[in-house]
Amino acid sequence: MKILVCISKAPDTTSKIAFTQDNSRFDENGVQYIVNPYDEWYALVRALEIKETVGADVTIITVGNSSDEAIMRKALAIGADEAVRIDAEPTDAYYVATAIADFAKDKSFDLVLTGKETINFNGSQLGGMIAEALESPYVSIASKLDVSGNTLTLEREIAGGVEVVEVSLPAVVSCAKGMAEQRIPNMRGIMAARTKPLQVVVPKNAEQLTSYVAFASPAAKSGVKLIDTNNMDELVSLLHNEAKVI
Amino acid sequence: MKNIVFIQANSALSKAAYEVVSYAQQLGGTVKVLATGNLPSEALSALGSYGASEVVVNRAITSNDDQMIAAWIAKHSEDANNLVFSHDFNGKAIAPRLSVKLKAGFISGAVALPEPDGSVKVNVFSGKAFGYVKSNTAQRIISLLPNSIVPNSTGNVCSVLEVNEPMGEPRVKVLSVKKPEGTIPLPEAELVVSAGRGLKGPENWGMIEDLAQALGAATACSRPVADIGWRPHHEHVGQTGVAIRPNLYIAVGISGAIQHLAGVNGSKVIVVINPDAEAPFFKAADYGVVGDAFEVVPKLIEAVKNFRANS
Repeated sequence: MKILVCISKAPDTTSKIAFTQDNSRFDENGVQYIVNPYDEWYALVRALEIKETVGADVTIITVGNSSDEAIMRKALAIGADEAVRIDAEPTDAYYVATAIADFAKDKSFDLVLTGKETINFNGSQLGGMIAEALESPYVSIASKLDVSGNTLTLEREIAGGVEVVEVSLPAVVSCAKGMAEQRIPNMRGIMAARTKPLQVVVPKNAEQLTSYVAFASPAAKSGVKLIDTNNMDELVSLLHNEAKVI
Repeated sequence: MKNIVFIQANSALSKAAYEVVSYAQQLGGTVKVLATGNLPSEALSALGSYGASEVVVNRAITSNDDQMIAAWIAKHSEDANNLVFSHDFNGKAIAPRLSVKLKAGFISGAVALPEPDGSVKVNVFSGKAFGYVKSNTAQRIISLLPNSIVPNSTGNVCSVLEVNEPMGEPRVKVLSVKKPEGTIPLPEAELVVSAGRGLKGPENWGMIEDLAQALGAATACSRPVADIGWRPHHEHVGQTGVAIRPNLYIAVGISGAIQHLAGVNGSKVIVVINPDAEAPFFKAADYGVVGDAFEVVPKLIEAVKNFRANS
């Protein structure tokens, strides 16, 4: 089977988030980029597990400029077979989704995987948009995915619980914690990644529907009020009378 | 201005339903609620109190199928200015489809009403920052993060129209549903009690559950605790787990790594209980108790029970 895993770059999880002086853009100074954890730990690793158990060809795809090739080599080092970069600025999820769907539509992928969201934009938009553009069924926020022939069995998040569902391929799935475990690339993988194919394609007719006009940092807390361990009645009273949360 | 709101309602109207209806009402103009689920019409009419002009409930759609629901909503939203969803599992599946179907800008994870320039404040960088997003299309789709606004109630009721519009066969077949009984879904919880490695072992979670029960709170945990299997993955809050914004977040034995803070710093009030006065979490806290969890938590449970008994 053919699996397409959509990956995105994200600032390392320990990054301090700052913006340029006019707050119009993310300040990339000193920021280390990684593969978005949901895309790597869950979507990519699960695709590789499927490859190892039932056989699959795993392609990773991203929308970005040539500096993103570092994170693409990382995904190849973990075990993806080939990589595709759509050479464009990933301006919004609609742009990325339509560019990826346009690339994928005549390549007969059986399964398209995305992370459930990126840790930088938290939109949860991409998977559903690709599914709609490809007219595919979509299973969002899946924590378990098994393949048997042409059928996927999945567990996905619903309000206050989990739904077990079944869907025929081709399908689009967004992946969440529980689906697989993070893998660290080994030296052989890193060496092999250097020679794996990395194709660069030009997007056609993609457009963006939304724009970020500004960013802001959350207001700092004014300081913690410490309460003695023997004074829990006071804490409860503060939560009730001062904070008004209970 | 015409606003469309989608909700799914089965046993009762959720807090998220009141929030999205109230949000749409505050956008101005009419609010038409498109609903699925088996909640009776009499119960649905209460949405009028939060600003719904009318409710249309489609009894032919009985599952969470995003493809069918998106197709139904699209049929009824040609002239809508705004389509409003909760940023929950339904909104995250249906709204992106509609964005492509209607070619309408999708602003996800909104935490406030639009600014005067038309941009909408959203959660980005997993709670470490906010962004202001504008739709470049006349029709826009907004998904609202749970617990971001306080619903306004007017006491009105509205009409409910029951329809039967089949939207084809679902392509995603539901085999079974697992719902833990009597627990509060984390993203919707107003009060959350969370614990980490400082608890030393899964056998010590009894007092966390007791505290949660005394408060009527949901329980959560830090990433290491979920990773080593002390607690289920769905309880993991933080940058790579669930992001929450409750009114009260009580963190017990959690040091407050930046990845954990990212998922919880939208909380209105944070209480930190930790034996290490230097724990980074105290910098993000409103109230702190420097002390051993095994000493502090039982006293806090006692204090909460006394308070509940006397109020």
